[in-house]
Parts: sequence; structure tokens; C-alpha cells
Amino acid sequence: MKQLFIKGGRVIDPSQNYDQVADVLIAEGVVEKVAPGLKAPSAAEVIDAGGMIVAPGLIDIHVHLRDPGQEYKEDIHSGTRAAAAGGFTAVASMANTDPVGDDPSMIGYVRKKASGAASRVYPLGALTKGLEGIEMAEMGRMKLAGAAGFSDDGKPVMNGMMMRNALQYAAGIGAVVIVHEEDAHLSAGGMMHEGTVSSVLGLRGIPSAAEEAMISRDLLILKITGGRLHIAHVSTAGSVELLRRAKAEGLNVTAEVTPHHLLLTDRLVKNSGYNTNTKVSPPLRTENDRQALWAGLLDGTIDAIVSDHAPHHPDDKDVEYDFAPCGIAGLETTLPLLLDEAASGRVKDFNLPLLVDKLSCAPARILGLPGGNLKSGSPGDITIIDPDRDFIIDPDKWYSKSRNTPFAGKRLKGAPVYTVTGGEITMKEGVVAERAARG
Amino acid sequence: MQTLRRKDILGLEEISAEEINLILETARSMREIMQRKIKKVPTLRGRSVLNLFYEPSTRTKASFELAQKYMSSDSVSVAGSSSSLVKGETLKDTVRNVEIMGIECVIMRHPVSGSSHYLARNVEASVINAGDGMHEHPTQGLLDMFTIWEKKGRLEELKVVIVGDIRHSRVARSNLWGLQKMGAEVVVSGPPTLMPPDLDVFGVKYCHDLEEAVEGADVVMALRLQKERQESGLFPSMREYSELYGLTPHKIARAAEDLLIMHPGPMNRGIEISSDLADGPRSVILEQAASGVAVRMALLYLLLGGTKEQ
Repeated sequence: MKQLFIKGGRVIDPSQNYDQVADVLIAEGVVEKVAPGLKAPSAAEVIDAGGMIVAPGLIDIHVHLRDPGQEYKEDIHSGTRAAAAGGFTAVASMANTDPVGDDPSMIGYVRKKASGAASRVYPLGALTKGLEGIEMAEMGRMKLAGAAGFSDDGKPVMNGMMMRNALQYAAGIGAVVIVHEEDAHLSAGGMMHEGTVSSVLGLRGIPSAAEEAMISRDLLILKITGGRLHIAHVSTAGSVELLRRAKAEGLNVTAEVTPHHLLLTDRLVKNSGYNTNTKVSPPLRTENDRQALWAGLLDGTIDAIVSDHAPHHPDDKDVEYDFAPCGIAGLETTLPLLLDEAASGRVKDFNLPLLVDKLSCAPARILGLPGGNLKSGSPGDITIIDPDRDFIIDPDKWYSKSRNTPFAGKRLKGAPVYTVTGGEITMKEGVVAERAARG
Repeated sequence: MQTLRRKDILGLEEISAEEINLILETARSMREIMQRKIKKVPTLRGRSVLNLFYEPSTRTKASFELAQKYMSSDSVSVAGSSSSLVKGETLKDTVRNVEIMGIECVIMRHPVSGSSHYLARNVEASVINAGDGMHEHPTQGLLDMFTIWEKKGRLEELKVVIVGDIRHSRVARSNLWGLQKMGAEVVVSGPPTLMPPDLDVFGVKYCHDLEEAVEGADVVMALRLQKERQESGLFPSMREYSELYGLTPHKIARAAEDLLIMHPGPMNRGIEISSDLADGPRSVILEQAASGVAVRMALLYLLLGGTKEQ
């Protein structure tokens, strides 16, 4: 019987309000026991986690693996290795591949290719066929094939009736609908947040209203349909306020935010001299929005943090601003960036238990995934973190095929040191296991 | 000899009043060269310049090319349509391939805002922005200021009104920054849908009513109106625009006696400006075109002159 014994770390499991120095025993790929002063079984592999944080494996529920169709940007192999390197034990992959993941065979393709990969992959299916927002995709058949939820992410569903029907239908099969909220008419041609900076730079703007108008619409639709709505990458102060009110009213809605929206603003587009790594959808907003996102994260309005890992080949970004695709690659930066925030004390009350909740427990809850806790019988997925480790963001050392980050060169405090998935070590000291196969 | 201590001219937002003064003073001596019978000085002999135009241009391209000829530099001009862009070559590759042939300065016009910043980062040659998307057109701003300065003898405390599509105009942005740095007061007018969001960031006043905007103005500048703005729903019709915001003798009645009337060209006669104003005694529209050569000679001289061999 294969056993892994993680000794003497500070075990943080917010799902059980557990935060104390303890040992973790994993056997046959699942958590067997968490308690202080356990005795390591003689056959167990032992990790000394003294001075480290031991957390339920981090889960990134918003990742673009680009596979199939754009394997030159990323594929399931490189993307899951990037995930393991970044401390993630599982990712949910978006359906905007080529061909689009709108069919059970596509869900099967991702699951098959991901079996034995460096992290678990939960494929999300498309909400509408071809992401066109016109006809409902076969959500029921995709769910039977293993789809973890449904989303047209990358594109909004512009037709309100389509959204109503999709939400209502998804409720019937117990599936979560994840929405990319953007009124495509209000955002048409936009390259960055609309405001003082876009005016000065002469770049077409994407007003906050483009996001807020669609969130408003979908919250109103949710009142009619019921079901489970999850709002992807919230970026504006107004969106946070809409969600806060909706949650107060008891609507069944959850939301996520990315590290780049929490840490950067539209000023960076100017200060970087139109660096295309600042081009992302939704766009980097203002300082006021950034502050509101943190407030929303801390008061529970925003449930989870996701990377929205959107890898692009360096050539794709090495062009004029208008011609560059949107996206920031985040699997290998998300955890260190947030650890550094927690360590710095820049955001009052943003501590390690909250970080673990937002990156592990909440994502598992939102999609109903196994994991996100260390209860006995849960998957043996663990992220071990050294909160004092010096870490420099160096895209040239990434496992991802991409290099697109506006954080390159940033010096941080805190990094993952072990990633364990199903009881197997997938990453140790930044090095991903050569063959990170899982049973 | 004074030179500009910078590699590139990307926009007037980042250029100081002292630098603008130096450029204007230099342009004045360049204009003197243009008035000679033999318009040629050896200042830039042996220096190589690339004119790279990804958008059509008459005035800017002609005046850059003439400026180069008058200063004896060697230059090549590549137009967007005939360049490798259509074959899918990147901007970076195109310019690097020409740079290796010995180019020291690239003049670029490009439809995308920020492309001159991108280019400047990627080449050792000096880059002069000849208009990038909706961002800036610094040499136009400079030639407009030069024209005003020559006519009025100063820029400070003049009231300049810019009318029209400020939102999509790189000419307007360069003028807003430049004129205010030189102490002029700038007022903009036009339909609200053609104003940039958060206009306050430029520090200018907005006045919807054109007659009121030009009250006591020393300069009024009309911007070119593009048909596609109406097609994209920003205002109802060309005739309504013309009636509300087109420059006519009646609408500028409350301006100063010695008002200067300007237009960066190309003009839509009868839309943003009436022909009697465009061709009238107060118009300096043709002087603007002439100033363009002097200002561009000055910039080439200040960026390239006096270095290397000399």
C-alpha cells in the first residue's frame, strides 16, 4: 500500500476551520488521517513540512489549455505541468478550443489525454454550439461524458433568451453555468479599460458598463430560472456591488476574480509603453475597481480566485497592441503573487487561511469537485507552501509553453514547494516530476 | 550646437516645453533654407532614413521626403500596400531587415495606437511617429504650433479652439498636449460622442456650442470628419454635423479680429469648414503645409545632426 506522510507542517483546511501544526497521512491516493503527533508508517514516503503550510490541493477552475487546436500555445501536457509547478493539483479547462468543446467526444478527448497528466483536468463544456450563442450545446450528454460545468468563456451569450433557456436547462441536469460577462456592442473594438488612460493612449475603450450591464441581465434572468450561475473574472467595482446585492437577496450565484485584476490597473498599459502582455479580457481596470475587488473578496462577495490562464505563443504577443490577442498566463504566478500579498500585509485581513479558501475550498464547492478539503477519504491532493521562500517570476523557466505575463521579473515572498496529486508528488522544489503519472 | 537628447519622437505628451522651443527655433532657420533658390544643405549627407507608411498620406509623406532631400540625406519610402505587411511579415521583421541595411531613422505612420512605441523598443534607429492610430501625430502638432508662433509671435495666453472629432484624432491629442505646454488655452467643441471619455485628463475645457466656444479665440482649428463615424452611429448625418459644428463666417463671428483659421487636411469643404473661410484671408491652411517641411527638417537635424562623423 503506497503511503505518503507529510510531517509537522501547519495544516490549513478552511473547510473544517482547521489550522494547526499536524501530520497528514495519505494512503492509496486518498487522505487517511490528519492529526498532530501521528506516527509515520514504516513503508511511507515522508515529507518534512516543518515551517511549511500544508493545504488541500489548489484548484484552478478557469484555465485555457488550448488543446486541441492551438497546441503551439499550450497543450494538456504542458498546461498540467505548469499547473503542478504553480501548486495546483487540478484545473478546469475551458471549451474555447479548436474544435470547440461542445460535444461529448471532445470532453472524452480531454479526459483521456489528461489521464496520468501532472494535474487533474476537469473539462468544461460549451454552453452553446460553437460558442455562437445561438443553439444550446448538448449539455446533458457532455455531463454524462464528464463535463464539470458549462461555459462559452471568451465570449458572452448576447441573446438574453438563449441565456435564459441555457440556465434553466442546466438547472435540470444540476450543472453550473459559468458566464463571461461582456456586452459585445458596448465593448466593440475595445483594447483596454475605457477611461483617462485609454483616452490619452488613443486606444478604444471597454467601459465598465459592458460587464455590469450583462451581470445585471443575468442576475435578473437567474431570478426567473433558478439554477447555478457562476460569474467569471469579475473586474469592476460596479460588478462587485451588483453581486453583493444579489447574494444578500439570496440568489444562487458565485463569482471569481483573477490575480491580475486584484494587483494591476489600466495605468500599466501606459507605463509599460503599450506592452501587449497588459492586454486581457476583461481589461485591467482602475485603482478604485481594484480596491473594490479586494473588498469583495474579503467579504465573501467574490468566492474564488482563478488564474484565467490564457497562454499565447510569444510571437502572438510580439506585435502592435491592436493585433495582439487578449490573455495573461497565470498558472505559474497566481500562488506566489497571492502569497506575497498575504505576507506583505498590504491588504488588511488577507491571510493564509483565506488564500487557501479562495484557491482550494471555494473552487471545489463552486463546481462540486472532489477535493478542496482534507477530510479523511478526500483525494490525496495537497499543496505544500513555503511562505518565506524568495521567488522571482521568470517566464523563461516556465513549464507552460507561453511567456505572456505582465509580472515578469517581479520578486515575491512565498512559493509552493511540493504539489501532491492523488498521493503522488507531481512537483518538488519547483521541479515537476518527469513522469507525473497518477494511478 | 544643441540637439534633442532623446532617441525617438513618439508624442508631445512626453516632450518638454524646452524641447518644443528648441524645435520651433530650429524650424525657423530651416524655413530660411526653404526660401533659398537652391534648397539644399549638406547637413545630413550620408545619413539614411526610412519612411514607412502603413496608411495613406499626402502632406506628411511629401513633407518628410522633401525635408530629407533638402538636407541631403538618403532615404527610401515604403508604403503599406507595397510592403511585406500584406505578405504577413511582422512590423518588427520588416524594420529590422531595413535597419540592417544602414537605416538610422525610421519615420512611421501606422493605423494602430502605440505602434511607434513598439517599434522604438525594437530597433536601435531613431523613430519619428508620423501618426499612430488615434494616439498622437507629434510632427503635425509641432507644425501647427510653428504656424501659430510665426503668425502671432507667441503661443502663451492664446486661446485655441479645436473643433470636431477629438476622440479619434491623433492630431488633436498632439495639439492638446503641445499647445498647453506652451501656455496656450485650449477649448474643444463638437458633439459629445466625438469627445474622448474623461476629457478632463487633457486639462482642456469643453464647450458644446461652437459660437460660444470661439468667443475671443485667437485660433480655431477644424478637424477632418470621417464618414465612417456617422456610419458607426456617433452622429446622425453629415448635414446636421455641418450645421452644428462646421466652421462658417457666421459661427466664428465672436472670435478675435485677427483669428487664424487652421485645418490639418485633408479638408472636406462644406462639411467641417466652408470654402470662403478655408480660402479666405484669415486661413493659414497652406502655411501649415509649408511649416510641415521646416519642422520636419528641424527634427531630422536635431535627432541625427551633429552625431557620428561630425
